[in-house]
Amino acid sequence: MRVECEGNTYEFERPMLASKLLEQLSLSRETHLVVVNSKLVTEDHKIEKDDEVKLVRVVSGG
Amino acid sequence: MKCRVCGKPASINLRSYKTALCEEDFIAFLEKRVSNTIKKYRLMEEADRPVVAVSGGKDSLSLWYMINRIGYAADGIYVDLGIEGYSGRSLGKIRQMADILRRKVYIFHVQEALQRGIDGIAKAIRRPTCSACGTIKRYIMNRICIDKGYTLLATGHNLDDEASALFGNILYWKKEYLWKKNVLLEGKEDHLVKKIKPFFLCSEREIAAYAIMKGIDYIYEECPFSKDAKTLTYKGILNGIEESSPGTKIMFVKGYLNMVKEKGGEKEDGREGRYCLQCGYPTFSDKCSFCRLLDRFGTGCAVEFDQYD
Ligand SMILES: [Zn+2]
Ligand SMILES: [Zn+2]
Repeated sequence: MRVECEGNTYEFERPMLASKLLEQLSLSRETHLVVVNSKLVTEDHKIEKDDEVKLVRVVSGG
Repeated sequence: MKCRVCGKPASINLRSYKTALCEEDFIAFLEKRVSNTIKKYRLMEEADRPVVAVSGGKDSLSLWYMINRIGYAADGIYVDLGIEGYSGRSLGKIRQMADILRRKVYIFHVQEALQRGIDGIAKAIRRPTCSACGTIKRYIMNRICIDKGYTLLATGHNLDDEASALFGNILYWKKEYLWKKNVLLEGKEDHLVKKIKPFFLCSEREIAAYAIMKGIDYIYEECPFSKDAKTLTYKGILNGIEESSPGTKIMFVKGYLNMVKEKGGEKEDGREGRYCLQCGYPTFSDKCSFCRLLDRFGTGCAVEFDQYD
């Protein structure tokens, strides 16, 4: 899967849970949303090998 | 995870509400919360003419979109700070939303009125960029309402903005600000417009989710000057607490609102007690800080707004 986050792109070979992906990148579920193939998913969603993933930061400077 | 309402796969897990919802049901859930906030705190009445302060970010664009959708027709106001590579793109997103909503947006160009961008002004008056920006934005947002007859200014401040500001005010016991925050800030006839924050009880996460679901195209990058390290630190700390104790942020802010109600809040603006002799804006002296900027940097023309509709 291809993962886009804050201007960086990561590649992961194996399917994994959305929660696992956040953990791998040291991100919190409170501050980042996981969007898979343009759809928002919950932490227990399994991301497949060919999915396009975007991690969206929700916190802004204020 | 399944949607608690319809049983379809959930799109978002809302631990602070002990629920998970699909797209459709989450949208209804969040819109209802905002509708209820508006009714409970009497933010808008039918006779009101609201205008939304838009920046191009997720909060203000989502607010503009949502309140039009839930039955409150609202135009927008944008202050173009003349920040290269940023202001223009923000304006693009705002125009796009104006087209979708078929609403008007007023644009105030700082560069045209004061012959320089916000960073140039800040340097010339030796103040931090964000503080000069705040002065100009507050003034212009108010001025548009007074000039064009809007009765309300709605801003996109969210739960995390309020919680982090409150956290900072408590940490340093800033008594002069502590009891002045509210969902609604009363105005002063002909001088100061009433301000409302319909997203006061909606988290950034919820608003970002709403924006994604609705396909709202907002500017993702931060303003290059808004490096408010403290706000980001507080938000990080509060989100850390939220992670282990879901619902803490909303309890913190709701508890605060209840205390304000009990002890009676204090006014955020208008404490100056005097009005600018030139324009009528509340001020401590004869002339408000914006009129002083106009005297120094202005072209001698009156304050004008571009209109896009
Ligand atoms: Zn559902
Ligand atoms: Zn003035």
